[in-house]
Amino acid sequence: MHLTLEFGGGLELLCESVKVHNVNVDLPKGADKLTMKDLLAWVRTNLIKERPEMFIKGESVRPGVLVLVNDCDWELSGQLDTTLEEKDVVVFISTLHGG
Amino acid sequence: MEADTKHKKPGTRLCCACNQRRAALKRPKTLEQICRECFYAVFEEEIHQVILENKLFKPGERIAIGASGGKDSTVLAYVLSELNRRHNYGLDLFLLSVDEGITGYRDDSLETVKRNELQYGLPLKIVSYKDLYGWTMDEIVKMIGLKNNCTFCGVFRRQALDRGAALLKVDKVATGHNADDIAETVLLNILRGDIARLSRCTSIITGEDGPIPRCKPFKYTYEKEIVMYAYFKKLDYFSTECIYSPNAYRGFAREFIKDLERIRPRAILDIIKSGEDFRIATSTKMPEQGTCERCGYISSQKWCKACVLLEGLNRGLPKLGIGRNQGLNSDAKEDIKKDGRTKSIESKQCGSLEF
Repeated sequence: MHLTLEFGGGLELLCESVKVHNVNVDLPKGADKLTMKDLLAWVRTNLIKERPEMFIKGESVRPGVLVLVNDCDWELSGQLDTTLEEKDVVVFISTLHGG
Repeated sequence: MEADTKHKKPGTRLCCACNQRRAALKRPKTLEQICRECFYAVFEEEIHQVILENKLFKPGERIAIGASGGKDSTVLAYVLSELNRRHNYGLDLFLLSVDEGITGYRDDSLETVKRNELQYGLPLKIVSYKDLYGWTMDEIVKMIGLKNNCTFCGVFRRQALDRGAALLKVDKVATGHNADDIAETVLLNILRGDIARLSRCTSIITGEDGPIPRCKPFKYTYEKEIVMYAYFKKLDYFSTECIYSPNAYRGFAREFIKDLERIRPRAILDIIKSGEDFRIATSTKMPEQGTCERCGYISSQKWCKACVLLEGLNRGLPKLGIGRNQGLNSDAKEDIKKDGRTKSIESKQCGSLEF
């Protein structure tokens, strides 16, 4: 599944300072859809090159990281249960820095 | 057509305010689902109400906005500018920036403030630690090590803001401290038993008896909403953690607050409310306010904290002024005479937590 992932608020530093990633994510074995939960695991393994604890805590993002799917707060679409579709845009923004 | 079906997935909700547009975010404050346009409106209106209800400004005042180039101060500059215009506050707004001399952090964020100056049309003044104190943060950290950095920086920054504000001849300073910050501060002060600060830290206006009063228009504004506002409006801000902050004690309070917010977002405002309603027992002794003998700045001790810290730096005594019962004001004077080293609670080995 082709997706566009964006990292902001300093998170790009964990992905070698690249803010926008166009990726192709395989569905998990035997699954018929891709959820945010699957995507997070994929990002953790494939894109985060350092300090994963800044991005992920347990199964979800670290508290203080905002997630938007197609410019829409993932809290509205079920957070980890949000299903993703072809060409979706997912944005991760960290709020954990000085203001 | 394709776009329509894609956005009308099962579970796509409508804004609960206008009932027309697609909801774009869930407000932590109220748990409401709201679209972008209604979010802008309610975000700006709530801040306007906070300004009115707390009488933060008077027409004709000159106001310096503490601007770091970060998310809070950028959004504050943008919103205050906008509200000043829309509701005719009659204010003269300025951007005031402090250069602590932290390479790779502050030099980049100052570029952002310079852009903000042009983008928002607000005149900018930058004051630096080097000019004011003769030390940059980088030089200070080289001397004191990676502990207590925020203690030095915070104390110096507060004075730097006042000095800058005096140079600009403003009547007040507005800072971008948000609800999350204030809730963290309440917790920090409880954890440290700092009763004096606990009684002051939730005030929306502080320092009215000092050189320049300051206010926090974002006191009830959630950090998440500030970031969402900046994101949707595509506001230009700088977002990297200060390189010295991972060692800060505040980090623990922040982690805790963020975890709490996930379970019960309202907790942030409730902590602030608890902080506002604390009453100190009359039997508790509180420090009295006077002025610093050396520089005249507001102080509860003979010398203000900045002077104590500076003295320590200039004399090569990095622990001077750090920890309880410290500094030139009490028995520490004798300790210096005795053996050149000061007694301190934290000269004990106590892991990585330094108070």
